[in-house]
Amino acid sequence: MSGARVLVGTRKGAFILTADAKREKWDVSGPHFGGWEIYHLKGSPVDPNRLYASQSSGWAGQVIQRSHDAGKTWEPVGNKFVYDGIPGTHQWYDGTPHPWEFKRVWHLEPSLTDLDTVYAGVEDAALFRSADGGKNWAELSGLRKHGSGPRWQPGAGGMCLHTIILDPEDPKRIYIAISAAGAFRSDDAGETWKPINKGLYSQIIPEPRAEVGHCVHHVAMHKSRPGVLFMQKHWDVMRTDDSGENWREVSGNLPTDFGFAIDVHAHEPETIYVVPIKSDSEHYPPEGKLRVYRSRTGGDEWEPLTKGLPQSDCYVNVLRDAMAVDSLDSCGVYFGTTGGQVYASADAGDSWAPIVRDLPAVLSVEVQTLS
Amino acid sequence: MIRVVLPAHLRTLAKISSEVKIDVPGLVTQRTVLDALEAVYPMLRGTIRDQVTFERRPFVRFFACEQDLSHDPMDALLPEAVASGAEPFLIVGAIAGGAGGFACRTMA
Repeated sequence: MSGARVLVGTRKGAFILTADAKREKWDVSGPHFGGWEIYHLKGSPVDPNRLYASQSSGWAGQVIQRSHDAGKTWEPVGNKFVYDGIPGTHQWYDGTPHPWEFKRVWHLEPSLTDLDTVYAGVEDAALFRSADGGKNWAELSGLRKHGSGPRWQPGAGGMCLHTIILDPEDPKRIYIAISAAGAFRSDDAGETWKPINKGLYSQIIPEPRAEVGHCVHHVAMHKSRPGVLFMQKHWDVMRTDDSGENWREVSGNLPTDFGFAIDVHAHEPETIYVVPIKSDSEHYPPEGKLRVYRSRTGGDEWEPLTKGLPQSDCYVNVLRDAMAVDSLDSCGVYFGTTGGQVYASADAGDSWAPIVRDLPAVLSVEVQTLS
Repeated sequence: MIRVVLPAHLRTLAKISSEVKIDVPGLVTQRTVLDALEAVYPMLRGTIRDQVTFERRPFVRFFACEQDLSHDPMDALLPEAVASGAEPFLIVGAIAGGAGGFACRTMA
């Protein structure tokens, strides 16, 4: 059966939503790990039944869960995340040195080619890799040690590595993004890294065009064009056409260019989606209208998508990992809100309907296309 | 046998429904009880104490015999009533724990 499986991480557990290709009737499974924060869960491209979940709580810390049957059953695997060597310091909010301390896993990214290899982006910012299905984790410490680490600083949400993008055409190329340090690229499978932030401009840091220190919220790529990236920064929507060497702003006619989520249409690499949020102090949609904005020109020119979305008195947020697309013939677009709704569009954003309305606050949304 | 009571989240993680009874060879201390507990339930590693430093997690507390043992040395002997199995060793989630993650996630 072709269809879609939506993996939803929430403040109080995980939910798995499944539908056939029409995407009209959804089966809701969960809560899994009830009461725990599920920052992220994601399936392996190698075997869609292999899922990984980041489970955490303020009391009990970090747990990593793994499923081999699409979430019907789960098993805890390794949760020992130890920084390589002496971690050193990064900047604290007031600019003073602060020791690196592991807090949680924000994002899990399974390998495109190996079932048992999975990457974890953590707070305080670092990248870990497991080659045995999550049992053991080793830091790819070239990122943290490349030189600029002492100048990284936490955004208001903590100093998190939240985005991991694996290049489908070059197995040695990895992109990551950190709030608030910026975007980085490795061309040697994670051994060494370089900041790729040229063109970013952030008024909230002392040097607005600094090499590092930018609060990047999320980055997205279309698999057919791995050199083209789209970024939702704290303020500004950006794109690069040269693998991050240079960025330019494509915010265009957006009502506000602050936001968290960004994604790319599965079949149209110049069609991108964002959810504008009023400001960094008012984390809800402008005018109380929940609008997804779509650009069919790779940015600059944007259209609001409103059909089926609340257009009055809506004050939810859409977090950075809470938007995803499927690759069915008519591209599906999904996003979750801090109000507990998961909205789906089976027509590339033209119309929307809630799959569920009353989940705990949604932290992340991923989609698996089933064939 | 030493009786150990876990908070609800950890009972779910360990797939147990009530208090557990574990063998603790030798001296009965916080360290030996937790060593034995984690040997039987490895999924609890890292959730009660740090896996490297073995320090108690900040929002976890240890009670027994109506005493707060959270700040006792980890190698101090536990009360005889715990060692004999008459009283359980209570692992408790602090009342204030848990809010930080969500508050942070919603911010930039």
